[in-house]
Amino acid sequence: MPREGILIHNPYVRMTGEQVKQIHEASMQILNDPGLISFNREAAEIFHSNGAEVTSISSSDSPCWLVKIPEKLVLQALDSAPKTVKLGARNKDNTLIMNGEEPRVYFISGSETNIWLDVDFPTYVRKSDRGTEIQVPEFHPRRGTVADLCDSAHVCEHLETLDGYIRTVNIQDKDITEDNKDVNKFFASLNNTTKHFMSGLTSLKQLDNVVNMAKLIVGGEKELKENPIISFITCLVKSPLQFVEDTTDTLIEVCRRGLPIVVSASPQAGTTAPIKEAGILAQINAEVLAGITLSQLVNKGTPVIYGSVPVRARMDTLSDSYGSVETSQYNIDCTQMARFYKIPNYSTAGVCDTKTPGQQASIERLFSDIVVTLSGPQYLHCAYGLLDCNSVFCLLQAVLDDAHFQMLKFFLRPPRISENEIAETLKQIREVVVTPQKLYIRYIRPVMRSGEISVPYPFEGDGESDNVFALAYERMNELLAKPVEHIDPATTSKIFREIPGLLPRLNVYEERKE
Amino acid sequence: MSEDIIALLRENVIQGRKTKDDEGIDEELSGTPGVVELTQLALEKKISPGTIIMQCLTAGMQVVGEKFAAKEYFIPDMLASAEAVGAAMDILKPHLEALNIETKGRIAIATVKGDIHDIGKNIVAILLKGAGYEVNDLGTDVPTEKIVEVVREDKADFLGLSALLTTTMVVMGEIIEALKENGLRDKVKVLIGGAAVSEEYAQEIGADAYCVDGFHAINILDAFQEAKGS
Repeated sequence: MPREGILIHNPYVRMTGEQVKQIHEASMQILNDPGLISFNREAAEIFHSNGAEVTSISSSDSPCWLVKIPEKLVLQALDSAPKTVKLGARNKDNTLIMNGEEPRVYFISGSETNIWLDVDFPTYVRKSDRGTEIQVPEFHPRRGTVADLCDSAHVCEHLETLDGYIRTVNIQDKDITEDNKDVNKFFASLNNTTKHFMSGLTSLKQLDNVVNMAKLIVGGEKELKENPIISFITCLVKSPLQFVEDTTDTLIEVCRRGLPIVVSASPQAGTTAPIKEAGILAQINAEVLAGITLSQLVNKGTPVIYGSVPVRARMDTLSDSYGSVETSQYNIDCTQMARFYKIPNYSTAGVCDTKTPGQQASIERLFSDIVVTLSGPQYLHCAYGLLDCNSVFCLLQAVLDDAHFQMLKFFLRPPRISENEIAETLKQIREVVVTPQKLYIRYIRPVMRSGEISVPYPFEGDGESDNVFALAYERMNELLAKPVEHIDPATTSKIFREIPGLLPRLNVYEERKE
Repeated sequence: MSEDIIALLRENVIQGRKTKDDEGIDEELSGTPGVVELTQLALEKKISPGTIIMQCLTAGMQVVGEKFAAKEYFIPDMLASAEAVGAAMDILKPHLEALNIETKGRIAIATVKGDIHDIGKNIVAILLKGAGYEVNDLGTDVPTEKIVEVVREDKADFLGLSALLTTTMVVMGEIIEALKENGLRDKVKVLIGGAAVSEEYAQEIGADAYCVDGFHAINILDAFQEAKGS
């Protein structure tokens, strides 16, 4: 049985059907004029051999080509792209089934940040009363390590609402190089969570190593096709409208292997995309459609996901403003476009502008979590622990976010109104009204025990003080202490023998022997 | 046999099953006798009312209290158990009177004149009855004269007054004055509660205590009774 996620019964939409068509038509025009600049020779050749108008741009320093994609190619690609994409998992109960027409939302971590935020609780003494002490959370940023990635995957395995894992932190240990980064980030993640693992690739040379690692875990190539425990993210289009050389190579090679892939674009309204909603939307849609088209030209039927990470620029710094209201609007619009094409959508919510957990973080992330979820994207990423516009990850924040999603999932349960419910209710009312106390309390208990009453906020303090961070920290440590199901010893041993570049300290069985 | 009934009755108090129709928590008990039926059976089997109170009702409520403190139980569970114990006390009342066994104390409880809010007052009444007090619930919007009369006639040990509104809480002070005028103030402890009132207000009008909630009320009544006994 796949994970349930949460089915949105009446997804929230911003655009009318007519506006959706207008955006689609504008994107088609963009793909044809001005088209995209491809810095990837093979992509230009693929488009050319399939009837696109491709011309060399000789004035550029790097070799590049202008690719004008006719609408017919895009429509063919949309036709051949699977409408349902399955993302497998080590534990098959964690499989994700995403249907482009069904607004079933899965909540996912990610995306990779450079900074890991530690937290501690130093004690402060009141100046005017030395007997009064309080503990105040302090946050300390540092470079992420492979041990952090293991911890993050470990905790995410136990977060009830988290459906799939995208690596949260870039591993920057001294013994991590470009050549061994991919195998180590894949192993660290896969070994600490039985949920689906999705990642970008640092070096294309490592693609076969990570695919072989996945084959060893599931038992072979056929088994990996049936249960794709890994999938890939490619940001092949740099906004505005440029196929990047290396990530486009990655897309082509992943598609050749038939594994699920996200075609993601992340334009910034105001700098790399027009500031107005219609503008950024028409452009990002064109960029994603260009990637989807290439994926289907490389390998018809490749399971591809419409990846949208649109964001508005901050006016004070021109950096990404994930906390802005418009960012949520763009994401909701993209979800609507993806549903128009019946392709599953990888969307973005829960990232905040602020640098540390706190009130601003809660407000920004909860706002986008709620409104974007209501639009029904199938794969809602970035939703756990990200701060400072996607550049900092805090495990404590991820634990706090899990509580937000529990509330949201409860809220989105469909109403329970039926003939039986009404009959039972009428009986209760008639019974209670004639009693002296006129209270319905005795009927609460069976409902309470059946889980139909939402639980209180899990980090509520006992008294009048706000102990949210301290309680969430306690919970985080409980989850870290709770064991996870690692890859079995025999498979681990085989992986370490056959996959080059793995750090010996990641072998939990060898570590235990020592 | 007696041990079985005692254990079963105690368990049904813990489960909060007043009658056989109640669901309780443990599904296996569904349809089996509840506290009311088991209390009647215990009396038929000549188990003494004192044993029923101490080994079944009080012991059961003690477990309920522990579960509540451990956050395993919530207020609806506590109330279900208290209501079941209250029903058992109604059955035991004539037997206790015949044996000259007194309840923990008598309390008259009312929402004052002009105020019809009674959720809190009702919950307090259920909890106090479950804790072994004899409760005379006078209802809502109760005239001061009636309250004075009940205190006099019932020889109540305690008077519980509830008010939700700032406009009606002043009536509490008027009731205390009326008790004084009728020579009853020294005979009854007056406790007040409700959203509008506070510890400070209780002192201001000369009440004996302010109760935050039903559990607090039980503790306060128990403390008064202990002080009286000693």
